[in-house]
Amino acid sequence: MAFRPLLSRTLGLTQTLTHSHSHSHTLTQLRGLQTFSLPDLSYDYGALEPAISGEIMQLHHQKHHQAYITNYNKALEQLQDAVAKGDSSSVVKLQSAIKFNGGGHINHSIFWKNLTPVSEGGGEPPHGSLGWAIDTHFGSMEALVQKISAEGAALQGSGWVWLGLDKDSKKLVVDTTTNQDPLVTKGANLVPLLGIDVWEHAYYLQYKNVRPDYLKNIWKVINWKYASQVYEKECP
Amino acid sequence: MGSCCYIPSPSSSHLLATDFFSWGFKSSKLPFLPMLPNFLSTHCKQQNRRFDRSQRASKICGYYGLRTPPYKLDALEPYMSLKTLEMHWGGHHRNYVEGLNKQLEKNDILYGFTMDELVKVTYNNGNPLPEFNNAAQVWNHDFFWESMQPGGGDMPKLGVLQQIEKDFGSFTNFREKFVEAALTLFGSGWVWLVLKKEERRLAVIKTSNSTCPLVWDDIPIISLDMWEHAYYPDYKNDKGKYVNVFMNHLVSWNVAMARMARAEAFVNLGEPKIPIA
Repeated sequence: MAFRPLLSRTLGLTQTLTHSHSHSHTLTQLRGLQTFSLPDLSYDYGALEPAISGEIMQLHHQKHHQAYITNYNKALEQLQDAVAKGDSSSVVKLQSAIKFNGGGHINHSIFWKNLTPVSEGGGEPPHGSLGWAIDTHFGSMEALVQKISAEGAALQGSGWVWLGLDKDSKKLVVDTTTNQDPLVTKGANLVPLLGIDVWEHAYYLQYKNVRPDYLKNIWKVINWKYASQVYEKECP
Repeated sequence: MGSCCYIPSPSSSHLLATDFFSWGFKSSKLPFLPMLPNFLSTHCKQQNRRFDRSQRASKICGYYGLRTPPYKLDALEPYMSLKTLEMHWGGHHRNYVEGLNKQLEKNDILYGFTMDELVKVTYNNGNPLPEFNNAAQVWNHDFFWESMQPGGGDMPKLGVLQQIEKDFGSFTNFREKFVEAALTLFGSGWVWLVLKKEERRLAVIKTSNSTCPLVWDDIPIISLDMWEHAYYPDYKNDKGKYVNVFMNHLVSWNVAMARMARAEAFVNLGEPKIPIA
């Protein structure tokens, strides 16, 4: 379908737009436009307690992530119309809505996979090549955790803190993005391994304004297995 | 600068003997006034001599106090709960004040400014200094608490209403624009009704994070905090409900009137636009 490459070219999100994140993603075709729907979590809302409360997980997934998806689909539809009509000013005007809502969808989809209950191995540090890479680049797991937590706590406003892999240099990086900007906005060759949502909605009901406590506790439910998988795919 | 100014207040003697950040200390109670550029509570404090055995000269530093809202913390119930006020004012706002004071402790180059001036100076024409975030958020929150009142909402009257109708067509139109701005703001930020100096008209604008229209020399009339911490405890993710409740029950048009009246000293809204030949 000629439309998709045009869409991805316009948005420069080739990888992320066309790459279906997981088999649980149901993509529907509507007038040649792919729309998105809320991916399921592979664990119950309450399974991450006490690190993250079930109330937060439910709101975060069913309300926030869903809202991003709904608005993303809407923006894509409007974009399709604008492109078809050759309405350049609308095309450009829609970019920020697409970046925000599309980014929100991308980031949260990764986030759900970055988390897993303790019973499923949550918090267990990575063995294998990722563990080795962390020790090489940061000295130790503790140092990495410290760095990510510090950068997450220092972020003003809303955003994300990431552990990413620079595909070209094969180096691990810690970085932050504002609002819902995906990690690629910080570098086209950055692959997100681990992202932590530091928007207030991610922790406020439980941790109030004490973001550092949230960042301290979330490590107990981080799914290093998924991060290792992504890493090993890029660095076989 | 490092000028030392002392504003006598009932709690002044209490100030010298207590710790730098005493939680019980409330800034000097000013009568309820709209945001005039006055010293909130710029005090000088001598280092607590009791604990300082050495003979070095006491350190003089200036700092700002946490201004209390012009109503009791539970006065905005049920539209904004006591819990929210306690967390928002007692936690976030207080942290900004303390953070700012800690930063100002480092050197005295930024001493002696009023809050308004400090915001503009630290904005540094678009290249903000590290103190900007704290200074602006302190100012923003002071302004926000005063933009609300128990029994607020309803409609503006007289001059404010006239100006709104002139610049937006109708109050309904203005309200729609305001709500829309609040709901389409990406991420954390604020929504404002400002009086634009150059254009001599009212406008609805939204700003991100801690940015404040003072830095563009506009005169803010009303503000609404759209950071998630402002509404999450009461409304969770239902931004629409929060914004509507603000418009219907919280916004203080009285304060808006006072601020407009003062703004007219700086912006001439009455003169006809005489075309330049």
